[in-house]
Amino acid sequence: MSTPLPDHDQARRLLWQMVRIRRFEEKCVEMYSAQKIRGFMHLYIGEEAVATGVIDQLLPEDAIVATYREHGQALVRGVSANSIMAEMYGKVEGCARGRGGSMHLFDAKTRFCGGNAIVGGGLPLAIGLALADKMQNRKAVTVCFFGEGAVAEGEFHETLNLAGLWQLPVLFVCENNLYAMGTALRYTESKMEIASKGDGYGVANAVVDGMDVLAVNEAARKAIATTREGKPFLLECRTYRFRAHSMFDAEIYRSRDEVAEWKKRDPITMFFDAMKAAKVLSDSDLEAIETEVAKEVDESVAFAEAGTWEPVSDLTRFVYSEVTAS
Amino acid sequence: MSTTDQPKKMTFRDAVREGIRDAMKKDACVFLMGEDVAHYGGCFAVSRGLLEEFGEERIRDTPLAESAFVGAGIGAALGGMRPIVEIMTCNFSLLALDQIMNTAASLLHMSGGQFNVPIVIRMATGGGKQLAAQHSHSLEGWYGHIPGIKVLTPATLEDGYGMLATALDDPDPVLIFENQTLYVMEGELPANPGPVDISSAKVRREGADVTILTYGASLPKSITATAKLEEEGIHAEVVDLRVLRPLDDATIMRSVAKTHRVLIVDEGWRSGGISAEINARIMEQAFYELDRPVQRVCAAEVPIPYAKHLEHAALPQVESIIAAVQNLVSSHHG
Repeated sequence: MSTPLPDHDQARRLLWQMVRIRRFEEKCVEMYSAQKIRGFMHLYIGEEAVATGVIDQLLPEDAIVATYREHGQALVRGVSANSIMAEMYGKVEGCARGRGGSMHLFDAKTRFCGGNAIVGGGLPLAIGLALADKMQNRKAVTVCFFGEGAVAEGEFHETLNLAGLWQLPVLFVCENNLYAMGTALRYTESKMEIASKGDGYGVANAVVDGMDVLAVNEAARKAIATTREGKPFLLECRTYRFRAHSMFDAEIYRSRDEVAEWKKRDPITMFFDAMKAAKVLSDSDLEAIETEVAKEVDESVAFAEAGTWEPVSDLTRFVYSEVTAS
Repeated sequence: MSTTDQPKKMTFRDAVREGIRDAMKKDACVFLMGEDVAHYGGCFAVSRGLLEEFGEERIRDTPLAESAFVGAGIGAALGGMRPIVEIMTCNFSLLALDQIMNTAASLLHMSGGQFNVPIVIRMATGGGKQLAAQHSHSLEGWYGHIPGIKVLTPATLEDGYGMLATALDDPDPVLIFENQTLYVMEGELPANPGPVDISSAKVRREGADVTILTYGASLPKSITATAKLEEEGIHAEVVDLRVLRPLDDATIMRSVAKTHRVLIVDEGWRSGGISAEINARIMEQAFYELDRPVQRVCAAEVPIPYAKHLEHAALPQVESIIAAVQNLVSSHHG
């Protein structure tokens, strides 16, 4: 790893967040198999270093716009595991009162503006949040996560153009996991270098190894420094999804060898091994983290199980605001 | 020009502009963005002069990128601003339909009540100017299908001016459809104009023989038709729907119960249109009040053509409204 060594606290924090995502999602799979969770569910396993490295650099006033593969972003941002698990159960205690599910996690307190399940749909929203911050002279930054599949959508180009034109404080984080659902990048993009597409719109950009949490963390630190001064930035994180696209994916479009090869670069083991070798973290740190996380995850299941169903009489609530316009 | 304590003669276009201007003066969070709104002065000259008065930050030209700038408006609304987004015509709004429907209309519900979207989207609608199929459609009824948004169709100067302020005060997305043939309509804006409600239909002309339910550009056509009908001794009541979502069922049913004969005039297409919805509600709520089957005058089911005589034939006209009313009130069942 080329980036400077973190101190113990930072290293422990990054490892803890990645392990939280991994174990939480493993539990989600279990609960999905038990039919406690239904609908579409997209796992982030393999990509943990991206959300962890980026969100670690944010301040409370910053906003996040994410995709339907957003359990990791929500957890790292501080949306409680309890409220996320309850949401996936469809319980009223969920972070969207059971109206969104896995793909639509929301939390106004942490400015976590969703879970958008239209590919590319979150990008325009992100520049709008940034525009509001800019027009009101706030120093906040908006981070917009999207996959490389979104780069083929018109919204990516329209949005980058506007961000460059209006100099908006947005960090675009492209999670390039090489497959738009099951279609490889080479079948969908005429030019596969995604970061450099920012050049066409005057948006500064960089590429980073998305399996290396320290590298992501450092790249995000630099990018956000630019963004906080009011300039957009496009950060391409090259990563890989270890699991299927969703729970309904037979994975016929990629080879087992390819998956196995990428798993050798598991962001959690790679980071822990490096930190252990550098004597920043020890086995006991990892054990403690695993214990802590197991407790948090188990509690989230207990919380969701104990949760309640919103009465059907509330079905049409929240279509329009309940406060009367003054 | 500014609004005064005296009634003032102006066009519908001027009234809309005054509405925008007064809203911007009242609240620094209000801003206007869209294609050609600033340096060009607005495709329909609605925003002419506002750039000079409010500057580039608040009268904001956008690229031709409907999805991005409508989405940006939604994000800005979430961030505490009060954006007025102008889409040149509703035909182009289809390029932003994803943002309008999947984001603006859905966000509050999908987030369990956490993220309301106080955005106002204005767009021109309707035919009658020989602009052919990609600039002449009336899609307001379509938008009326979507829960989570409100759909307004101002057809008077008072509404052109006053609906905007109420829409901006609304915590949720409001779409305003301004029929492009109405911009040149002249009239008088009352003294000290203010916000108007965006929840009710209004009886624009009282009558006892037949009810015409209409909105937008078909409102003045219907009013003109009633003058001719009056000469024949037919007293038609004209209800201006004003708001297509939510529909004001009470006012509609009150008029139905009074006249027992109903004509719906809608510049949108007949099949699956707002006229069909209104008709269904009358069946559900006032069937036994009817003396005749409900009739409709709608746009012909064609992409609106360019040639003047064809376009004329495709849209509701004074003559077709008169004929439909005559048929409804005739002693023969038609």
